[in-house]
Amino acid sequence: MPGSLHTPKQVADRRAGSPHTSMFVRMLIRAAVLRRGRAASALLAMIVAAAVATAMMNLYVDVQAKLRTEFRSYGANVVIVAKDGQSLPTDALAKVESVLGAKTLAVPFSYAVARTHDGQSVVVVGTDFARARRLNHWWKVSRWPGAPNEALIGMRAANVVSPNHQPFELSFQGKVIQLAPAGMLQTGAGEDSRIYLDQSEFQSWTGVAPSTIEVAANGTAVEVEASIRQLAQVLPAAEIRPVRQIMEGEANVLNKTRATLYASATLVVLTSALCVLATLIGWVLDRRRDFAIMKALGASERLINGFFATEAAALGVVGAIVGFFIGIGVAAWIGRANFHAPVVPRFSVLPYVLAGSVAVALISAILPIGLLRRVQPAMILRGE
Amino acid sequence: MFPRIVYESFRRQARRKVLAGIAITLGVAVATAMIAVATDIGDKINRELRSYGANLVVTPQEDTLDVEIGGVNLKPPSDGAFLNEADLPKIRGTFWHHNIVGFSPMLPVTVKLGGSSAKDVTLLGTYFNKALSFGKDDFTTGVRITHPWWKVACGDGKESPNCGWPADDSQNILLGERLATKLSQKPGDTIEVAGRQLTISGILSTGGAEDDQIVAPLALAQQILGKPGAVRRVYVSAMTKPPDALSARDPKTMTPEVYDRWYCSPYVESIAYQLQEVIPHSHAEQIRQVAQNEGTVLSRIKGLMLLVTLAALFASALAVSAAMATAIYERRVEVGLMKALGAGNLAVSAIFFAEALLLALAGGLAGFSAGALLAHQIGRSIFNSQISIEPVLFPIIMTIAVFVTFAGSAAAIRRAVKFDPVFALRGEG
Repeated sequence: MPGSLHTPKQVADRRAGSPHTSMFVRMLIRAAVLRRGRAASALLAMIVAAAVATAMMNLYVDVQAKLRTEFRSYGANVVIVAKDGQSLPTDALAKVESVLGAKTLAVPFSYAVARTHDGQSVVVVGTDFARARRLNHWWKVSRWPGAPNEALIGMRAANVVSPNHQPFELSFQGKVIQLAPAGMLQTGAGEDSRIYLDQSEFQSWTGVAPSTIEVAANGTAVEVEASIRQLAQVLPAAEIRPVRQIMEGEANVLNKTRATLYASATLVVLTSALCVLATLIGWVLDRRRDFAIMKALGASERLINGFFATEAAALGVVGAIVGFFIGIGVAAWIGRANFHAPVVPRFSVLPYVLAGSVAVALISAILPIGLLRRVQPAMILRGE
Repeated sequence: MFPRIVYESFRRQARRKVLAGIAITLGVAVATAMIAVATDIGDKINRELRSYGANLVVTPQEDTLDVEIGGVNLKPPSDGAFLNEADLPKIRGTFWHHNIVGFSPMLPVTVKLGGSSAKDVTLLGTYFNKALSFGKDDFTTGVRITHPWWKVACGDGKESPNCGWPADDSQNILLGERLATKLSQKPGDTIEVAGRQLTISGILSTGGAEDDQIVAPLALAQQILGKPGAVRRVYVSAMTKPPDALSARDPKTMTPEVYDRWYCSPYVESIAYQLQEVIPHSHAEQIRQVAQNEGTVLSRIKGLMLLVTLAALFASALAVSAAMATAIYERRVEVGLMKALGAGNLAVSAIFFAEALLLALAGGLAGFSAGALLAHQIGRSIFNSQISIEPVLFPIIMTIAVFVTFAGSAAAIRRAVKFDPVFALRGEG
């Protein structure tokens, strides 16, 4: 019979045998266990608010990095040019990569003007196709060259040199080269009038070494500035220019997006704090009878405040920690859904979420206690 | 009786109603502001993306190859075909002219500089901020709109009447930054270009090929070339829709309905097609570096804002339902009394839902206005432009407010109604 476990003697015996816990702790635990429904709904509100806040903070920090990666698909933001039509030193590319790290994309270009069989001038460019392909995502290429003596031909150049996709020859200072068209290149800009060759083939034909290196430097505007200064030190013979069109456009769009996201994140965090406030105030007000009984049994004001404050703080801590992990999951999902790359969890956000949750919980516990303090316990107990 | 109960409830428990009303107002305000911002962000970011410059270029159909390395033109000056300057204002007559932010004609001319250095330099003729009209439509256009990263500097860093952007009808020029250093010229100096004495009105810095060139009003470049009305190419900056399956199709293979839909969507391809229609003998092409990437960036930012808006809607829905649940939970004694006097579950629920409806309508109205203000502030402070609230948003927001309030109250009302009146009246709950 379960009822027999609750005779006063049995309860007293059981309690005497169990390890001694202070009244304070026992009250806290029993309050949570006995009023499971209300405690759970308050905790749920806390968890949801903390999760939303965490997700927003994580996104706010990470989205800028994500967007910057997107902006890199606009191509090079730094250009290294040899001064006055000379070539860059042969180790220039290696130097650039050693300064900026191997992850940075740097693509060499060399230029020459060749003649077609009917004497028309055409610009021929030597480059590294594998790198150019990664740098210039927007190039619309029907097929990248793979075999020797294959060339990538701009749309407009193709009409002149190889209208029917047939092999053609070009001459540079009397030296003639036979080329097969691999694919067509379409960009809508100057590239459409050019013919692209592999750098080593280009160099053995014309003897012209790269005169330009295009670099996609990662990082914030300040970091890119620093990269430019470093490059200027290792390559004193070259001119290093930021591509203002790309840099300014990026800064502009990024700033506006960041500001919008900041405003939205603030609104969302405030709304979820409001949600917690409403729920917790209801929870505490709902327990005014507990409050009255404690007071009637002689509990001091300090003890009661301490009791409700500890309870609120415990709720805040548990809610914040559970919510933090859910929020990280949400942020990662948003990153995957929108940017196809997960948002890296940032544990540096945890202290803020924790502090914010506890603060909101404390405020929502102390506000109603202030109201209740003025009321006589007898009134509450009489149900008025 | 029913209206009286509801009326008295609002009159006697004004403070509680105000609290619940405030929660609804705040929740709806946040939702309204976020929806307004999210629906408008595409347009706003699209305008910001225009700072990357033109996304379309119009060239003559029968053009010869460009022979140009690092901004230096190696082609004989009069070679090739030209567009007619008189056709340009027609760009404002295309279907999507509201989406065309600006356009700039370009006419590069190879000139000889006078004096000691008889070097060949490219002189680029263009519009700076030219006033044009098409029909009744007066507008200005030029590189100051399409190339916002071009900066004009004066020697002392300040713009003065003698220094700054030249007027489009003047004989003044801008000298590229690197060329100016090479020639050691400064604003206010005169320079001999192709036998003419021209005044330098500023030093131009672009970070591109123009830093080695002279940039002049289009009319001046045409005079030097001896071809009035000639334009080599036109850069057009247009706000476009990100590409999708329809945009990539060839208009020649479309059925008439699909063609109409394609023609009436601001895809970069359809705007290029329309430009070709209005400018005779022209070929319009998207500048893929700008056009392709802005689609990606735009859809990412729009997707992000959509998800954030969902989070905001979720948070405000929770806040509203938490407030309603608290408000109803406190009134169990009342419910007990009503039930003890013989009210059925339906009657009690009806009273609560009627109250919730009134609260939702009042809070929704106040929240919508507050949210509109908030969106307006966000638009002003971030984008320096209006975020317009679509009137169609109002019924949607009100519906959401009522729905969320009902959903938030439903669980609490059910619990309150199920509660045994005896316990409620004894005050045990």
